[in-house]
Amino acid sequence: MADPMKIRAQLKGDVAEIRVLMSHAMETGQRKDAAGATVPAHFIQSMTIDVGGKRVVDGQVGGSVSRNPVFGFKMKGAKAGDKVVVSWVDNKGEKRTDEAAVA
Amino acid sequence: MNTTRRTVLKGATASGVLAGLIAAGALRPTQVLASEWNKAAFEAKDTAGALKGIGAAAPADSKDLVLKVPDIAENGAVVPVDVVSNIPKTTSIAILVEKNPSPLCAQFEFSNGALPEASARIKMGQTSMVKAVAKADGKFYTAQKEVKVTVGGCGG
Repeated sequence: MADPMKIRAQLKGDVAEIRVLMSHAMETGQRKDAAGATVPAHFIQSMTIDVGGKRVVDGQVGGSVSRNPVFGFKMKGAKAGDKVVVSWVDNKGEKRTDEAAVA
Repeated sequence: MNTTRRTVLKGATASGVLAGLIAAGALRPTQVLASEWNKAAFEAKDTAGALKGIGAAAPADSKDLVLKVPDIAENGAVVPVDVVSNIPKTTSIAILVEKNPSPLCAQFEFSNGALPEASARIKMGQTSMVKAVAKADGKFYTAQKEVKVTVGGCGG
């Protein structure tokens, strides 16, 4: 199981800023290790953000996103205390879901 | 006339068409949790193929799509990209790097109050154009900027 995500959701006026840091190797499948063997592809393929029980962002991701991806989004209509649920699934079927609250 | 042969031929054609439709993604299973990974678009080896994969074969240039990238990236493994769409009714934003082995980096769909803005950190193999593509009201718009890469981020 991958390490927990770091999620920050902060209200600035009526706009909530959501930032997520995911802990993932994001191997493209093109890199070679020191011995010259190809490192198999292992990267997050999809991610979703739900705020207050509603889908806000539905994202698809490729191997060219950096290692330990950071994504930032903004939304209107969130209230302090709303639950933010972030999930991802990688190409090997591993998944992780973490929660935070809008502050 | 051999009617049996005719019937068999007809049947074969029909099932062939069906298999073709499934392969083309026209009969994709309905989405359950997140939308299904767009394999064709993400594995396309050139920008034209990737754009076609997300349904944006010929996006129009737009000044209202703001792409923020560094002019020079010292480390191609981590290039910050920030896209803001000022086009009304923007529902999705995609990020592409023209000269990467697979140009499409990510695509985000927005709903329920999400503003059409996204930031991410991407890998770049070499100096290349970075493209943002936004979908608004069924049409596609694009903006691009060159990023010079001193050390590539794909070869490790």
